[in-house]
Amino acid sequence: MTDLATTLVPYDEALARYEPVIGLETHVELGTATKMFCGCRTVFGAEPNSEVCPVCLGLPGSLPVANRAAIEYTIRIGLALNCSISSWCRFARKNYFYPDMPKDFQISQYDEPLCTDGWLDITVRDTVGDRQVRIGIERVHLEEDTGKSLHVGGATGRIHGADYSLVDYNRAGIPLVEVVTKPVPGAGALAPEIGRVYVTELRELLRALDVSDVRMEEGSLRCDVNTSIAPAGSAQWGTRTETKNVNSLRSVERAIRFEIQRQAGVLDAGGRIVQETRHFHEDTGTTTAGRSKEEAQDYRYFPEPDLVPVAPSPEWVAQIKAALPELPAARRVRLQAEWGLTDLDMAALRNAGALELVEQTVAAGASAADARKWWLGELARRANEQGTELAALPVTPAQVARVAELVSSKTLNDKLARQVLDFVLAGEGDPDEIIAARGLAVVSDDGALIAVVDEVIAASPDIVAKIRDGKTAAAGALVGSVMKATRGQADASRARELILERIAAS
Amino acid sequence: MTELTAMTAAELAAAVAAGEVTAQEVTKAHLDRIAAVEPQVHAFLHVAADQALAAARAVDDRRAAGMPLGPLAGVPLALKDVLTTADMPTTAGSRILDGWQPPYDATVTRRLREAGVIILGKTNMDEFAMGSSTENSAFGPTHNPWDLSRVPGGSSGGSSAAVTAYEAPLAIGTDTGGSIRQPAAVCGIVGAKPTYGGSSRYGLIAFASSLDTPGPLARTVLDAALLHEAISGHDPCDSTSVNAPVPPVVAAARQADVGGLRIGVVSELSGDGYQPGVLARFGETVELLESLGAKVVEVSCPHFTYALSAYYLIAPSECSSNLARFDAMRYGLRVGDDGTRSAEEVMALTRAQGFGAEVKRRIMLGTYALSSGYYDAYYGKAQQVRTLVTRDFDAAFEQVDVLVSPTTPTTAFPIGERADDPMAMYLADLCTIPSDLAGNAALSVPCGLAPEDGLPVGFQIMAPALGDDRLYRVAAAVEAALEDRWGGPLLAQSKGLGR
Repeated sequence: MTDLATTLVPYDEALARYEPVIGLETHVELGTATKMFCGCRTVFGAEPNSEVCPVCLGLPGSLPVANRAAIEYTIRIGLALNCSISSWCRFARKNYFYPDMPKDFQISQYDEPLCTDGWLDITVRDTVGDRQVRIGIERVHLEEDTGKSLHVGGATGRIHGADYSLVDYNRAGIPLVEVVTKPVPGAGALAPEIGRVYVTELRELLRALDVSDVRMEEGSLRCDVNTSIAPAGSAQWGTRTETKNVNSLRSVERAIRFEIQRQAGVLDAGGRIVQETRHFHEDTGTTTAGRSKEEAQDYRYFPEPDLVPVAPSPEWVAQIKAALPELPAARRVRLQAEWGLTDLDMAALRNAGALELVEQTVAAGASAADARKWWLGELARRANEQGTELAALPVTPAQVARVAELVSSKTLNDKLARQVLDFVLAGEGDPDEIIAARGLAVVSDDGALIAVVDEVIAASPDIVAKIRDGKTAAAGALVGSVMKATRGQADASRARELILERIAAS
Repeated sequence: MTELTAMTAAELAAAVAAGEVTAQEVTKAHLDRIAAVEPQVHAFLHVAADQALAAARAVDDRRAAGMPLGPLAGVPLALKDVLTTADMPTTAGSRILDGWQPPYDATVTRRLREAGVIILGKTNMDEFAMGSSTENSAFGPTHNPWDLSRVPGGSSGGSSAAVTAYEAPLAIGTDTGGSIRQPAAVCGIVGAKPTYGGSSRYGLIAFASSLDTPGPLARTVLDAALLHEAISGHDPCDSTSVNAPVPPVVAAARQADVGGLRIGVVSELSGDGYQPGVLARFGETVELLESLGAKVVEVSCPHFTYALSAYYLIAPSECSSNLARFDAMRYGLRVGDDGTRSAEEVMALTRAQGFGAEVKRRIMLGTYALSSGYYDAYYGKAQQVRTLVTRDFDAAFEQVDVLVSPTTPTTAFPIGERADDPMAMYLADLCTIPSDLAGNAALSVPCGLAPEDGLPVGFQIMAPALGDDRLYRVAAAVEAALEDRWGGPLLAQSKGLGR
């Protein structure tokens, strides 16, 4: 309740007096076919407790066997993050009691992580322009996920106050990679943005590595955000809080921002920051206190005696390294050059989540300019109207490329092209099918067009008179009439030429 | 007792294979023996007569169909209740698992079934294998068939008693600090702890994961070897299982020859605190081996002195974590779930009522030893000692082929004598613990009766990892020579429920 009494200091004011340090711990569910220590499938959304066995239920007598693919994925992540890969390391048990932990300990890694000491470069924009920031990676380690509790009844959705709780162990034992950054000092007012951009960049990297579906909304990528502030110029960092449950990119930014403002309020009031776990609330954008680290559990880590050490051979690591795909940063540099885009254009494409779509559209034959125009223009507007992501629209890059091609070849004009896309989005099929079925192609046959032009000229003597007087701009009105009469299927520029020709000739 | 229950496993298997007797007749005879002596011995927690007879019928059907039978097909066996069985309850001797029916068979269980071995039921044990007397069972103690007022050893006391009382020719035990060899020794039978990882732990309810090893108990060395071989071999479900050929233990048991073998007597495992009759029988056996052509030398393993202390940090540390899962949420006992208590309260109440005193003591010891700030001084230090013990073995095995010692410092003690004195109880495993810490193989073979109390004494043989066959070579030689001297098996001298 004391939380509510805390005064939030306006953000700029807080930054004027305090220097934030942030750190991020990101949990990534790996997309392996089977779980970390057993052969159960890792499907999302299955019937509760249907994807379980004695091992992932932690039944007495059962034993874990490490999933080689999960170890390979972790090494892939470590290499992509410029980490050193341990040549010998062990799993450790993290002991604590909780109903969704089948064994009441989690198999994790403690002082011997698989990957250590790397970095990830990110680009953030401030008032001056783009700024590259190198985020240090402390470690990347492998562990197993817990089950999922559903607390029924009660106001908070937490275990306390609930009438009863249900546990789904389908998630228990899914391989989970934790990527821990080194503390990021000197971020100043950019701290929240750095947090968001880092997670965005990490997510893109993981997607490119094909190790996870990185869906924050399904919980396959989850963030804990550490934030501390210290008076500007102070040699020491402040006490940090760890905000859990930060499950969208925007929330990462908001959580850091809120913690900076809240902690500034506490310090301004002469209070001290307590090292604690805090929970982020999506609805209000605030954090509230959870467990205090000072009364924290002692996890009694010790090497997992049921598993043998992980000792990836240098040959295997080299093989994994050689097979790494092109990483997002390199790919962006290449695409920007290939497409001849400015930094700003490129940033707009990324922010819209259109990079991949444009790339695929270009691959399907469109020019980069056309692909960009359609995805950032018409389709971005549709996505926005429907409140969905661009990639979620029911239109494929190949279909967009075909529409662009039909426009270049003048089979469609822009207006018709938009109509065709509407029908594609409505699920009526490919552009060519729609054009055929609905007769939407541009009328470029002069014979048919001349008849319409003549009708329009005959029906508008006033305008024809103006044109004869040299006011050729008035032809626009006649073009409009022609387009209306042809329900937009005429080639407008050809219609204009014909109107002027027919008037001059009569 | 019928003739069938007096036969060895090797003899029974041969008789079944030859059609001289059916597996069902063999099984029935043992079920009858169980019914007759169980009221006094209490070796079993669960007797599965129907399943046993069905399994026996399956063996008989195979034979009738002319299908091949394994070397132990049709032989009854008593299974320690710490290994899971999909068709019988599994309690690990604890109230906390009362009523739990595992949905799966342990690898050892599965291998036994595949070999045509008839599982008669599940045997009593110290709760979660923690103890040396079987008095820590939540279901009451087991009695030593030599003298019903004494303990059968532990934690595999139900298994050792069942074999000793002719309820089964074979039994499976598990050894963490001596839980196969010590009960075998005090019951006058053979018990072997295979190399760690030589037999799978999958389905073995864990006490201390880095130590637990399933192994055989039998009345003869050859029978123990046959069972040892039947349960051994790599198991992909157990990462710590050894991926190497099974040592030729059966061939070694048949060889029974120690000519030219170098035998080291561990100087640290004798002297003060050892019962004089135990030392006397041990000394005679060493001389016997020498007379059979072995070269005997004394070997010092200085760190063995610290093995017991290290063990009582490592084993409790692992158990404190292994036993966390018994939290009332998914299976077994649940106490106080009346809608007014939180999950944590139900967990605490269940564990308070479900675990016995020794289990709680070890969970607390282990929790303390692993806690932040104490880890290095306790668990960490104990692991260093473990390494030193292993190096002592390695150094010794450069000089000798096997090491020997008494299996236990004393013969079977009276029920109740050490129940309230954990330290005295822990000393029962003084000689057996080093092999567990090192992950080596070791075996106990009977070497006579202590003159002062007429109770069996065990002779321990220790071999390096994967040198399990050496144990059987030596044990079979000892057995043959001593039985010549005694004019028959040691058990024949029993005035109790033995013969």
